[in-house]
Amino acid sequence: MALSYLRSSSSRSVNLLKPLSSSLPLRRPISTDTTPITVETSVPFTSHQCDAPSRSVETNPKELLTFFRDMALMRRMEIAADSLYKAKLIRGFCHLYDGQEAVAVGMEAAITKKDCIITAYRDHCTFIGRGGTLLEVFAELMGRQAGCSKGKGGSMHFYKKDSNFYGGHGIVGAQVPLGCGLAFAQKYSKDETVTFALYGDGAANQGQLFEALNISALWDLPAILVCENNHYGMGTAEWRAAKSPAYYKRGDYVPGLKVDGMDALAVKQACKFAKEHALKNGPIILEMDTYRYHGHSMSDPGSTYRTRDEISGVRQERDPIERIRKLILSHDLATEKELKDIEKEVRKEVDDTITQAKESPMPEPSKLFTNVYAKGLGVESFGADRKEVRATLP
Amino acid sequence: MGALRDCQVDARQTEDGTPLPPRASSIIELLFPFFFQKREKKSRGEKMLVVRKKMLGQSLLIRPAVSVLRSYSSSAKQMTVRDALNSALDEEMSADQKVFLMGEEVGEYQGAYKISKGLLEKYGPERVLDTPITEAGFAGIAVGAAYHGLKPVVEFMTFNFSMQAIDHIINSAAKSNYMSAGQMSVPIVFRGPNGAAAGVGAQHSQCYAAWYASCPGLKVLTPYSSEDARGLLKAAIRDPDPVVFLENELLYGESFSVSDEVLDSSFCLPIGKAKIERVGRDVTITAFSKMVGHALKAAEILEKDGIDAEVINLRSIRPLDRSTINASVRKTNRLITVEEGFPQHGVGAEICASVVEESFAYLDAPVERIAGADVPMPYAANLERLAVPQVEDIVRAAKRACYRSVPLAAAA
Repeated sequence: MALSYLRSSSSRSVNLLKPLSSSLPLRRPISTDTTPITVETSVPFTSHQCDAPSRSVETNPKELLTFFRDMALMRRMEIAADSLYKAKLIRGFCHLYDGQEAVAVGMEAAITKKDCIITAYRDHCTFIGRGGTLLEVFAELMGRQAGCSKGKGGSMHFYKKDSNFYGGHGIVGAQVPLGCGLAFAQKYSKDETVTFALYGDGAANQGQLFEALNISALWDLPAILVCENNHYGMGTAEWRAAKSPAYYKRGDYVPGLKVDGMDALAVKQACKFAKEHALKNGPIILEMDTYRYHGHSMSDPGSTYRTRDEISGVRQERDPIERIRKLILSHDLATEKELKDIEKEVRKEVDDTITQAKESPMPEPSKLFTNVYAKGLGVESFGADRKEVRATLP
Repeated sequence: MGALRDCQVDARQTEDGTPLPPRASSIIELLFPFFFQKREKKSRGEKMLVVRKKMLGQSLLIRPAVSVLRSYSSSAKQMTVRDALNSALDEEMSADQKVFLMGEEVGEYQGAYKISKGLLEKYGPERVLDTPITEAGFAGIAVGAAYHGLKPVVEFMTFNFSMQAIDHIINSAAKSNYMSAGQMSVPIVFRGPNGAAAGVGAQHSQCYAAWYASCPGLKVLTPYSSEDARGLLKAAIRDPDPVVFLENELLYGESFSVSDEVLDSSFCLPIGKAKIERVGRDVTITAFSKMVGHALKAAEILEKDGIDAEVINLRSIRPLDRSTINASVRKTNRLITVEEGFPQHGVGAEICASVVEESFAYLDAPVERIAGADVPMPYAANLERLAVPQVEDIVRAAKRACYRSVPLAAAA
């Protein structure tokens, strides 16, 4: 039984910030409601060498609630990782994604697990979007056996091949040709699937990106290059690194679309459009205008090259979770209390998982020598003192 | 002497396993053994045919060598390394749809060195792909394809150009299986000519065996003969790990005998096993790729001086067949390592260290290293000759190891 006011009227007249009146005291459970709602994106898309998709996006209460919960989970996870790093439970590099969650959830909403995603080292939330669990994330960050890479990869090397998530790469820009290679394999196997290769504004100037783009355009590969433009490549602002920071235009002959990366629905629409395009016409570039609240990594305060006002300004005006919260409230899909309860639930889930992850043991020493090869041929490998530590590779 | 031997009853085989022709079936063969003598590297078939025609006039029952060649199941057929590689690629592409070839000029040009001749025509442009001159880009694309389950064979026109793609070979391919704890295996082959050609100068002559072989997660193979080329390339393509397959341009045109077993499409050589090309007692010479030929020639020269050299064709630089090398050194007590590449931190250095660690008590002389000169490759022919190991260098080093004939010079 549908709540009639949700389906009425031209959806274009719906203004996010004006809550619709509702006098119905009874509410269906909203988590399974798939009644369509149409919402406008924050800004229209800007296109290069193609026709932009419409800014009216179809969604539904279930999807919006899922967005909210997933993004809240990702946000909470990243903040918890910050604390764990400061407590020295996470070592080495830790690149946090908080602020950029809309890209991960919006993308997942437009595609299937048969489509491939590959990204760089800011991969925790992308991994969750692909179906990875919180336990796998925290355990891997702390170098434990329960981690997605059994503790041998670390923050930058999360993989989930069974849902076509190919990492997790530490070398800036390398993931782009790799992503085009995934698209090549998809075309070779006639899968009718696509690959999203994510990279940042810093990586956008890499030569290998243009090499791969050239080949992808020549061979009509279903590759979608997604520039997550958070405007800073480590400490260097985009205008200091790129002569042309209009990354969606940098493909020249390859079409591009500029998207508000803080609007999960815009991301979803753009990714849906890109998938259709790539399957028919080959590569396309999506530039997601997004922002990271943290610095480049845990060793970067993030405030030496940008003002605190800028950071808090974005948080106030453009935060992706707040956008969805307002949308949910204005469409009366849940109460403020229900949303706060979701956030509390998520917080508890994260805390419980961290406790569980801390109990996971570190890898056995013999694991030093496993997985060097897929087929080790029984050859010998050596530890630091080869007369002391040797192993036969399986 | 050899001619008469050829005509005797054969139950024997030559050293490399090919059987001798049968006993003479007519008086003519006995009286005129010259015509039936086995000759190396000649168009035997043609010569024998001429002789037979001459003899037929007397309707004699002669069994000329040409039919001998055909009637024995493991008779010596000649095959160039180029053809060996081409046939290996062809057979593996035919056997597995996931195998494809990618590189500069591999398709319409038939291969810069004609290794991929005929493959575009046979398998089509979806499986034999001409790339632009963008090594970083296409190597990365190939690794990505391998991630998703295909089996790419990437050709570098020479391995000098692989330096532009080396990040993908090492960081995207070699390390992925480890970093992902086994989720991401990378069944890729990077192949192409390695080391010095002739007169191509400093930027086109480097040997990369030591560089790639130092990296865990890679397998590095160095074929010498046609049998090596076929067997190792097939093994490399079937292997689920990234393999760096270092060929040599100057070997492409060389012919080697191949048995029927080698020609069979299921033929495969094991990765990580060296081959003892020449059994010996006095000194071990290890070599790979083109230097195996030099080492064998050096062994022939040493034989005249009463030194019986054992020549090991490494075939596999990573994994290195330490057990074969050490077993040989334990037998001969002396070791010469030969390689074409730069000496510092080279393959010979690793072999020397390995032997010192495992078989120190068996060494009767210091390990000798013969390697390329410690300079970028010059162009002038005489300088180039000085920059690459020659047969004399190997002979001299072997003599040093055997007699220590050069006294140690005292410091002034």
